[in-house]
Amino acid sequence: MTDVLTPDSAVHTRPHGLRAIAHDSRIIAWRNLIHLPRTPELVIFTLIQPVMFVLLFNYVFGGAIGAALPPSVSYAQFLIPGIMVQTLVFGSSATAVGLADDLQKGIIDRFRSLPISRSAVLNGRIIADAIRLTVVAVVLIVIGYLVGFRFEGGAGMGLLMILVAVSFGTAMCWIMANIGMAVKDAETAQTAGFVWLFPLTFVSSVFTPVATMPGWLQVIARNNPVTLVANLLRALSLGEVLPGTTWASMTTPVVLWVVGITAVAAPFAVSRYRKV
Amino acid sequence: MTAIIQVDDLHKSFGDTHALDGVSLSVDEGTVLGLLGPNGAGKTTAVRVLTTLLKADSGTATVGGFDVATQANQVRSIIGLTGQYAAVDEKLTGAENLRMVGQLLGMDKAHAGRRAAELLQRFELADAADRQVGTYSGGMRRRVDLAVSLVGRPRILFLDEPTTGLDPASRLELWAIARELVADGTTVLLTTQYLEEADELADRIVVIDHGRVIEEGTADELKDRTGGRSLEIEFTSRDDLEPASRILAGLAPGTQVQRDDAQNTLSLGVDQDTALAARVIASLSDSGLSIEDFHMARPSLDDVFLALTGHSTADASDDEPVPTGNDPALREAPLA
Repeated sequence: MTDVLTPDSAVHTRPHGLRAIAHDSRIIAWRNLIHLPRTPELVIFTLIQPVMFVLLFNYVFGGAIGAALPPSVSYAQFLIPGIMVQTLVFGSSATAVGLADDLQKGIIDRFRSLPISRSAVLNGRIIADAIRLTVVAVVLIVIGYLVGFRFEGGAGMGLLMILVAVSFGTAMCWIMANIGMAVKDAETAQTAGFVWLFPLTFVSSVFTPVATMPGWLQVIARNNPVTLVANLLRALSLGEVLPGTTWASMTTPVVLWVVGITAVAAPFAVSRYRKV
Repeated sequence: MTAIIQVDDLHKSFGDTHALDGVSLSVDEGTVLGLLGPNGAGKTTAVRVLTTLLKADSGTATVGGFDVATQANQVRSIIGLTGQYAAVDEKLTGAENLRMVGQLLGMDKAHAGRRAAELLQRFELADAADRQVGTYSGGMRRRVDLAVSLVGRPRILFLDEPTTGLDPASRLELWAIARELVADGTTVLLTTQYLEEADELADRIVVIDHGRVIEEGTADELKDRTGGRSLEIEFTSRDDLEPASRILAGLAPGTQVQRDDAQNTLSLGVDQDTALAARVIASLSDSGLSIEDFHMARPSLDDVFLALTGHSTADASDDEPVPTGNDPALREAPLA
């Protein structure tokens, strides 16, 4: 009869290899998802802010900016894909804050003192964040439908649009993971993860057509990955490519950005995690 | 007995700070080692290296026969860590925290659930099992933290300042649990800045300061090494200290006299010789010096600590200062 406190010399049987990574990542992801409804700031950030942005931009700026669009395109149709990139990119900064908070509070030390796979804590967080971003994207679509946005190209294209947006947001989460581990406290992570997102998302086609900007800024805005993603999302929501482009020319740079960011930021984050 | 933790010449620097400057120690299976030292002595760094959270710059350490640097995962599967740094998740309930760790250790859901329930019961947290840990009191939080580190039935438990910030009742409770764990065969490495805690729990004590081991032994050995009891005499006037010192030197040649100008006190190592203490007091009164107060000071681990680390507020002009002890509560053994 062993007591509750009796030590056990047997080493626990844990899954091995990839199964271990999947097992541990799933449990950590579950832990992070439980946090969502219990963190009011995150709920507001996740649900209220996108709703507010859609309503504000559509009704406050819609009249002025809509005039710069081709007559066949409504501002809502232009706005929703743009807001989606912008919101998911901003939403990725919660990865930095959450990770820095875990570091600060010693949760990461707890995980690192357990015999679990080294990438599980980051994988679990990113998986949970990808799910969170998907929820945000769906909320945006719902609000979009209320203000006149439509999946003109059908549901399949619509799902693809959400997939592309979430993939890009998730790639950004890996960058944010690095920031979170570098700054190590939640308040700094909030700032460090946020500030640079303003130029990144505003110097783009998210809110206004690039053609309305000064020439030098247009060069930046046109090559901004946020613009490339926003344009692809617009094409997917319309079901047709923008004038003068093809599906290949719109999709390739976005795929390269998503894969490129992830391929650089994820291994970097994992190696940083081992050293924190 | 065999050493279950073996540490040889560990070095770890953070920039110019030598957090560990050649630490060696060993812990026998089934015993409690108290790692004692002031803030910044390197206690936590040592624990972080031994629990695989931090890589040492040089030196070796094995825990349960596994090398902490090259066999980290084996080490992790036999240790538990509780302390100021390893924490529980405030947003999860007590039960969720325990179940999560159980599942991460490879238990299936049902097994993790049973283990969580029995630990919550054992730590008197069953009523709070489904409340978020963020709502727990300090003592409850420390208990759930300890419970989390025990989910996997670790052979070796690291308690990093386990009672820092706890109220006295919670501290006693935690001590009782620690004793029970040791009785069941768990090896414990405890870091603390509370001497009382080391005295209460530890079989052996290693005193570290500035990343070096400066003394080790049992609590009694350490106390013996800093000498026996001392007579502490407080004078009404500071001017009396000088003539009094001369009288003491005449009565007990070769005995350490510690002088504290701020407190107007002299203290004299008299060990068990109460007759000498009585003669000293008599001579001082006869010579017309005005004694405000006097008492025999028992050596405490505090004295040991202050003597060894030199972190005494007393005048440190002596090479080997006899500790004066600054806490009046420790000075409660009257001569008469």
